[in-house]
Amino acid sequence: MEFMLANVWAAILAFGVLMYVLMDGFDLGIGILFPFAPDNRSRDLMMNSVAPIWDGNETWLVLGGGGLMAAFPVAYATLLPAMYLPALLMLIALIFRGVSFEFRFKAHTSRHVWDRAFFGGSLCATFAQGIVLGSFIQGFDTRGGQFVGSAFDWLTPFSLFVGLALVGGYALLGATWLIVKTEGPLQRWAYRTAQTLAWWLLAAIAVVSLWTPFLDQSIAARWFGWPGIAFFSPVPLLTALALWALFWSLRKRHTLRPFLFALALFWLSYSGFIISLWPNVVPPNITIYDAAAAPESQLFLLVGVAFLVPLILAYTAYTYYIFRGKVRADEGYH
Amino acid sequence: MALDPVFLSRLQFAFVMSFHILFPSFTIGLAAYLAVLEGLWLKSGNTIYRRLSEFWVKIFAVSFGMGVVSGIVMSYQFGTNWSELIQVAGNVLGPLMGYEVVTAFFLEATFLGILLFGRDRVAPWLYFVSSVVVSLGTLMSAFWILSANSWMQTPAGVEMRDGVLHVTSWLAVIFNPSFPFRFAHMLTACFLTTAFVVGGVSAWYLRRDRVVGIARKGLSMALGLIVILAPLQVLIGDAHGLNTLEHQPAKIAAMEGHWKTEPGAPLILFALPDAVRETNHYSIEIPKLGSLILTHDPEGTFTGLEDFPRDERPPVTPVFFSFRLMVGIGVLMVLIGLVGLWLRFRGRMHDTRWFLAVCQYASPIGFVAILAGWVTTEVGRQPWVAYGLLRTSDAVSPAISGGNVLTSLIAFGVAYAFIFGFGLYYLYKIARGGPKPVEEEHHTGHPTPMRPLSFPGESI
Repeated sequence: MEFMLANVWAAILAFGVLMYVLMDGFDLGIGILFPFAPDNRSRDLMMNSVAPIWDGNETWLVLGGGGLMAAFPVAYATLLPAMYLPALLMLIALIFRGVSFEFRFKAHTSRHVWDRAFFGGSLCATFAQGIVLGSFIQGFDTRGGQFVGSAFDWLTPFSLFVGLALVGGYALLGATWLIVKTEGPLQRWAYRTAQTLAWWLLAAIAVVSLWTPFLDQSIAARWFGWPGIAFFSPVPLLTALALWALFWSLRKRHTLRPFLFALALFWLSYSGFIISLWPNVVPPNITIYDAAAAPESQLFLLVGVAFLVPLILAYTAYTYYIFRGKVRADEGYH
Repeated sequence: MALDPVFLSRLQFAFVMSFHILFPSFTIGLAAYLAVLEGLWLKSGNTIYRRLSEFWVKIFAVSFGMGVVSGIVMSYQFGTNWSELIQVAGNVLGPLMGYEVVTAFFLEATFLGILLFGRDRVAPWLYFVSSVVVSLGTLMSAFWILSANSWMQTPAGVEMRDGVLHVTSWLAVIFNPSFPFRFAHMLTACFLTTAFVVGGVSAWYLRRDRVVGIARKGLSMALGLIVILAPLQVLIGDAHGLNTLEHQPAKIAAMEGHWKTEPGAPLILFALPDAVRETNHYSIEIPKLGSLILTHDPEGTFTGLEDFPRDERPPVTPVFFSFRLMVGIGVLMVLIGLVGLWLRFRGRMHDTRWFLAVCQYASPIGFVAILAGWVTTEVGRQPWVAYGLLRTSDAVSPAISGGNVLTSLIAFGVAYAFIFGFGLYYLYKIARGGPKPVEEEHHTGHPTPMRPLSFPGESI
């Protein structure tokens, strides 16, 4: 029972974080691309293309925090002190970025402040998330369920590189989203940008994939040992296929496919990340079974989640449906 | 002097929490108001309701935005700074906050998109439903978060095993002894806060003879709510106080500045409490009234601070004064409601200039009362973070240094000052722009809530 509950909750959290990465990924990407857009009118369109949905997207991050606290309190209480400064950077960045949606269109002379806040906030939040991701792969210095490392353990060339990789990746999601939601010069610009970023992502995935096994013997053994290689070799093969499909669909000027292939790439990379770490929730020492909340606590919230998450997905899909189609110049904020 | 991570973390929590609570307090009330306005518009077709809704949804958008971003900070604060609280009480607090996310946050965030941008994309009835759903989301959020807070004040339904709390009854946890009172008290406070803002802004327009029809309706609705809720809040507050006396007697003693356990305690109107000498200076008191209020007997007895060990007493001065500030504002609210009622019967509510001025300047008093109330209850439960189970000083993350916390405290301080300054300025600009006059046609093909403010000659 306890074993199963911990697995179920690990799957729910993995799903929640994946949803966050995919959904907030593209609206953070819009922010990262913001200053490079062709003109001010394009910037208005970019922001309005995500204005009705960014808040719901970001709520998956709260689910990640709240779910981790509920299901694996030991992990929550270990990871966040270890990530104190990157978490601070992310939160402050998300504050500036979030209010810039509301403030930018109310501002007149101070609009440039919120242009910068939107860009800087999106960039720093993404970079901080990349650092957190990199730190997970590196592992944390723990003893007896407590973080015992120092405040700057996360600061390594590897985590900084993962930060940069994620910035490029979210920007790619953003660019392919713009291909779906816009037309004309802005869409042409988005195609060109997506092409450049796809090369960047290709390089980044290659570097992280080769670097990761060198960081940890057990990760290397999982991927290259038997029977792991048989189970897991489809992941890199499918990743290569998705990359090829992304380039192909961009060259063919498809509208929706580049976005879907970019999402698929994120999903595959994320699967690789989970495969490398499973069943650790605070690598390398604390597993999901060590960190699990009491079964009665996990079960209590599971009942609600089992009913409500499908409902959340349904009404989220419905709002995406309501705001479907190309973003119009006369819509959203003015 | 070494930087104390406990003190700095407390300061940081108090700061980010106080900042955050301003926005939900207002948007809980405003979401309900918007739902009522949309319902009335749908039912009556009276354009005044639509204009009011279009106007207040703009204010709502900005306030809600600031509430969301400052709320995300809160959901990570427990892990970064109070990891021992989660190690000990994660089994209890985690699922409560988890339920808040899945029942409330997604609902609010998703349907907010429709409320702000969807007026021309969905049917009128669905727009109304969206406003109801957003309001429902804010209420459910308040339900879970107040349940979690109340559990920390009056823990129930748990047992300690190997230093970790385990839940024995979820019903006892959720509906812990102080929860019903705190929930009722806080929701009423939210509605009152919003009513004073809506009433104050409407009065401001009336004083300047702008959008008179709409402003009259706004003022009338606000004062109607105030005259009912303000006296009700006094009764709820009294019941909450009796509950606190039962479960957290040291807090009550601090609120009352009550040192000695003697029958017939006075009600102290003003004093300077002195925790070192265990007495009050310059005390102005009404004999017997303290006992009468708390025990419903003029000769009744309730425990004084002297009978609690020194290391289990809350800091008296902040609790004593913030409580008086809250009660004082509560009394003022009742008075404003009654004067409004009297003027309404005489048909002079909308043109009594001095009363309109009072309403305008009273706009922010609800926020002050809410902050004062939370200071009372949160400082008053010290030194406990989970009452009787875990001390605040034992709850802080062992891994963080004072330097870390000072860095984050300064960062939050600077960021919030910046955001708050601009946010207030934009809210003021929206309020100055005011609702669109009734005669102006609906602007089809454009989502009206977000249109630029078209007050003639105004630069925005």
